[in-house]
Amino acid sequence: MLEIRDVNKHYGTAHVLTDVSFDVEPGRMTGFVGGNGAGKTTTMRIILGVLSSDSGTVALDGAALTPEDRRRFGYMPEERGLYPKMKVEEQLVYLARLHGLSSTAAKRNAGDLLEQLGLGERAGSTVESLSLGNQQRAQIAAALVHDPEVLILDEPFSGLDPLAVDVVVGVLKDRALAGAPVLFSSHQLDIVERLCDDLVIIANGSIRANGSREALRASHSTLRYELISSGDAGWLRSVPGVHVVDFDGSYALFDVDSESTAQAVLRDAIGRGDVATFAPRHPSLAQIFREVIR
Amino acid sequence: MSTSTRLSAPSFAQSTWLVAEREITMRLRSRVFLISTGILLLLVLASILIGGFTAQNSSDDKTPVAVVGTAAQSIGDPASLDVTEAASVEEATELVRDGTVDAAIVPDSSTPLGIGILADTDVPASLVSQLSVSPPVTLLDESAPNPFITYLVSLGFGIVFFMSAMTFGSTIAQNVVEEKQTRVIEILMSAIPVQALLAGKVLGNSILAFGQIAVTAALSIIGLTILGQTDLLTGLGMPIVWFVVFFAIGFVLLASLFAATASMVSRQEDISSTTTPVTMLVMLPYFAVVFFNDNPAVLTVMSYVPFSAPVGMPVRLFLGTAAWWEPLVSLAILLVTTAASIWLGSRIYENSLLKMGARVKWREALNK
Repeated sequence: MLEIRDVNKHYGTAHVLTDVSFDVEPGRMTGFVGGNGAGKTTTMRIILGVLSSDSGTVALDGAALTPEDRRRFGYMPEERGLYPKMKVEEQLVYLARLHGLSSTAAKRNAGDLLEQLGLGERAGSTVESLSLGNQQRAQIAAALVHDPEVLILDEPFSGLDPLAVDVVVGVLKDRALAGAPVLFSSHQLDIVERLCDDLVIIANGSIRANGSREALRASHSTLRYELISSGDAGWLRSVPGVHVVDFDGSYALFDVDSESTAQAVLRDAIGRGDVATFAPRHPSLAQIFREVIR
Repeated sequence: MSTSTRLSAPSFAQSTWLVAEREITMRLRSRVFLISTGILLLLVLASILIGGFTAQNSSDDKTPVAVVGTAAQSIGDPASLDVTEAASVEEATELVRDGTVDAAIVPDSSTPLGIGILADTDVPASLVSQLSVSPPVTLLDESAPNPFITYLVSLGFGIVFFMSAMTFGSTIAQNVVEEKQTRVIEILMSAIPVQALLAGKVLGNSILAFGQIAVTAALSIIGLTILGQTDLLTGLGMPIVWFVVFFAIGFVLLASLFAATASMVSRQEDISSTTTPVTMLVMLPYFAVVFFNDNPAVLTVMSYVPFSAPVGMPVRLFLGTAAWWEPLVSLAILLVTTAASIWLGSRIYENSLLKMGARVKWREALNK
C-alpha cells in the first residue's frame, strides 16, 4: 500500500498542498480528481520524488520511499514528452534500462507492450513522426515498460479517442489485477466513475473526500428514488413525506423522509399497476465532486 | 508483473554510462555532426599541407640577402640569391631584423673566411650551402622559433579548441533544453538521480570531443611525418600530447557550465540568453592566441587561466618558454576549477530543471 501522510508544499507564499493524506491500495485503481491547480500534479511529483515536499511522508508498505523504490514506479507526467528524434522502441528500451532492466528484458518488454497498445508497426518510427494519439500510447508504454510495481499516471486519458481509452483502460486494469497500486488523475469524471475502485478528491491543495467509490456514493446519497410505472404517477404528490423533484407522466423522481416511506410508496405503486423501475438514485461522481469541493 | 525481469537498481555509474551511451549514439547518427567533424579534419589537414609546402618552397626561391662590401665576392653562385647591397654592417642588421632579407653576408675579420652571416631566427641552410666553406652563423634572436610556424601552431591549437568546444558544448546545451522542452525530463528524474543525468551528458560529450581531438592530433602527427617535417614534429609532439590532456579536462569544465546555464531556459530559442557567457569563455583562448602569440607575458597568463590553459600552455611548451613543472601546476589549477564548476553546475541544473516558462533567475538557480 502506498501511504501519503500530511504532505505540505508551498511556492513562495502560496500553499499548494495542505496536510495531504491518502492511501493507494494494491490491486485497486484509485482515481485522483480535482480542478485545475488543485494540487494533483504537485502531489504526484512529490510521490515520485521529482519534487521535494516541505513536510510529510510518502511510504510504501510502511517504509519511507527510497530512490530505489521509486525506480520501480511507473510515472506518466502530465506534461507529455519523449525524445522526438529517437525511435519509439529504442526509446522504451532506454527508459527500461534506466529503471534497471537488463538489455534483453528491456527489449522483450518494449516489444510486448507496443503490440499490446497497437503500436507494433510503428516500433521503428521516430516519436515526432507519430500521430498525437499514437504519441500518447507511446507515452503510456514509457510508463509501463519496466514492469512497475506502482503506477502513478497524471491524466493518462487526455487526448485519447474512445477506442484508445478502452485499450489503455484494459492495460491498466491488468496491472491492477496483478496487484499494483494504481493512482491516476483525470478531468474526465465519467471515465473515473467507470474505472476507479477508490476515489480521492482534492481542492485548493487539501483532500476533501477519499474512500471507495461505493462508500462515497452512499455517504453522499440522499433518499432519492426513481419510479417508472404503467399508470400516471401523479398520485405521488399527495403522499405524506414525499417530495417530487421531477415528474413526467409515468416517470417520477422524488425524495422521501425515510426508508419506510419509500417502501410504502413501492407497495402502493404495485397496487396501482405494473412497476418497471423502482430504484434508489445515487448521485453521479460529478454531483459528489461539485458538492465536496464547494 | 513478472518479478523475474527485474534486476537490482543500476548503480550511479551504470546510470551515468547509460545516459552517456545515448548521447554518443544519437550524436554519431547526426549528419550535421559527421559533416562538421569532416570539415574540421579537412581544415587541419589543409593547414598542415599549406604550412609544409610553404616551408619547402622557400628553399627553392631566391634567398633575399644583404651583402656588405667585399663580402659579395665570396658568393659562389649569385644567380640563386636576391642580393641587396648594404652600406654598413648596421644597415644590413636592420634589413635582417625588419624581414626585408633573410640573412646578411658581412665582412668578419675574426674568421678565417673573412665573412660571417647574420640571420634572424633560422640558420639559413640554403645560403650556407651555397658558400663553398661554411662561415660561422650568428642568430640575432636565438630563443624564438620561426614566427610564421609559431603563428600557425598557435592558430591550430586555438581553432581546434574553439571548434571542438563549441560543437560539443552547444550540443550539450541543446540536449539539456530538448529534455526540458519535451518534458521527458520528468520521466528521467523519476528514474535516475539528477547528478547521474548531468554526469552522463558531460561524460558522453567529453568522450566524443576527446575522440575528435585525438583523431585531429593523430592526423597532424601523420601529416607532418609524411611531409618530412621531422624537426617541427619533434618540437610539436609533447605540446600536442599536453593539449589533448588539457582539453580532456578543460572540456569537462566547459561542458558542466554549458549544461547548467542551458538548464535555466525552457526553449531552444532562449539558449543564447544564458549560455553566452560560457561561449565567451570558449572564444577567449582563440582570440587571445591569435593576437598575442608573440607576447610572452600574455601567453604566460593564458597558460594558467583555466579556460585558456588548454591552448596557452601547449603554445608555451612549443616555444620552449615553460619549465617542466609549469604544465603540472596549470593542470592542477584546471582540475580544481573543474571540480568547483561541476559542483556549482549540478546545483544550478537540479534547481532549474522543473522550472518551465520564463528564464530561471540566477538567484533561484543557485539557492536551494
